[in-house]
Amino acid sequence: MNTSLNTLIFLNFRRLELTLKHLISPMDFTIEETNDLLALAERIKDNPDKYAHVCDGKKIATLFYEPSTRTRLSFETAMINLGGQVIGFSSAQSSSAAKGESVADTIRVISCFADICAMRHPKEGAPTVASQFSDIPVINAGDGGHNHPTQTLTDLLTIKLLKGDLNNLTIGLCGDLKFGRTVHSLINAMVRYSNTRFVLISPNELRIPDYLRKEVLDANNIDYLETDELEKNMPDLDILYMTRVQRERFFNEEDYVRLKDSFILDEKKMQYARDDMFVLHPLPRVNEISVSVDKDPRAVYFKQVQYGVYARMALIMKLLDIKEP
Amino acid sequence: MLNISGIHEGVVIDHIKAGGAMRIYEYLNLENYDYTVAIIKNATSHAMGRKDIIKIEGPLDNVNLNVLGVMDKNITINIIKNDKIVEKGKLDLPEYVTNVIRCKNPRCITSIEQGLEHKFKLTNRSQGTYRCVYCETKFTDK
Repeated sequence: MNTSLNTLIFLNFRRLELTLKHLISPMDFTIEETNDLLALAERIKDNPDKYAHVCDGKKIATLFYEPSTRTRLSFETAMINLGGQVIGFSSAQSSSAAKGESVADTIRVISCFADICAMRHPKEGAPTVASQFSDIPVINAGDGGHNHPTQTLTDLLTIKLLKGDLNNLTIGLCGDLKFGRTVHSLINAMVRYSNTRFVLISPNELRIPDYLRKEVLDANNIDYLETDELEKNMPDLDILYMTRVQRERFFNEEDYVRLKDSFILDEKKMQYARDDMFVLHPLPRVNEISVSVDKDPRAVYFKQVQYGVYARMALIMKLLDIKEP
Repeated sequence: MLNISGIHEGVVIDHIKAGGAMRIYEYLNLENYDYTVAIIKNATSHAMGRKDIIKIEGPLDNVNLNVLGVMDKNITINIIKNDKIVEKGKLDLPEYVTNVIRCKNPRCITSIEQGLEHKFKLTNRSQGTYRCVYCETKFTDK
């Protein structure tokens, strides 16, 4: 083989290596990349027909090693909306994992079938392993209590679309701030915008982890308040991000029962909120938001689900390097 | 007072947390070398109260001693040649360490996936903090 051909092959190989991107952690994208992605999602929302065939002939593999209704269907809807198709499995039992196949081997096989994949796995770091062995972009669709970057993109898009800007906002986060991965990711993402203030509302037992307080909030000189009073702080908030106290994050039932009802949002508390305050929730909701709040126009958690599809459509386009039609 | 003679050429690993010497002995695979090795446990230390020391008579050219800093960031190394200390100081922590320490997070993918490297990244040099590259759990020696 002559030298120039060797060089060409090497350069092409390097180009492939450099362009293959994954989304494993919410902080994988720079703030500029995130803003570009949110802008694309907004254009998709405004004119979905324009993007209806940009992924014709492409396939997404949804590799879900544990059950999830919204996230899996949201990814599948996103790909179908772009003209693509879907393959995959929705539980470890119905996959080769039941036979003992490793994540590394599974992704090498799936790379032969699909153009992109979204992986949910109960073990933390599984999508990182997949990305190391994959020939196609890997999207982390949730790895245990660790990361869930597309939820963060969904949250950012919802805030951007409803408030018009991601700067100068007071964000209230309420409920399980200790184990809630969506809360940790949203804090990490929002500290990159200017003049962000947090009101962290939780029982003492479920306050944010120490590393987040020291390495993220204090390290970035972020203004924040830790409190156990939801009602009193309602008037200050631009956004209230409610979270579920998750049974599976507790090691004993007693603690779960004692804490799960601690912070419930109801119509009475909503009276203290401003007219332009919006309530977000990653869902599923159990009882931390009273059903009577649903009809309040400031309750946007179901709209947030719709925005999640636009965010995932934009992400699929970006990772597959599909140009604006 | 226990006396152990000086060494002509070799390494003194000092300021090891009391009780930690055997782990370092095992990591360095010293049982597989014919070097003269002295393990001093619970030596008196002004700074630490008690400490362990390992003296090795023999060259350790092929061993990355910086990795020892991951196990115990207070360790100091003295390199001795011709009966003189030629290099002395704290360890320069490596950016990544692979298969030296193990992730203890039971929810980490490394707990179930066979054959994965246990890889850690240095995330805070001044505090010597290492985090698992998969689950980001901080490594603690407890």
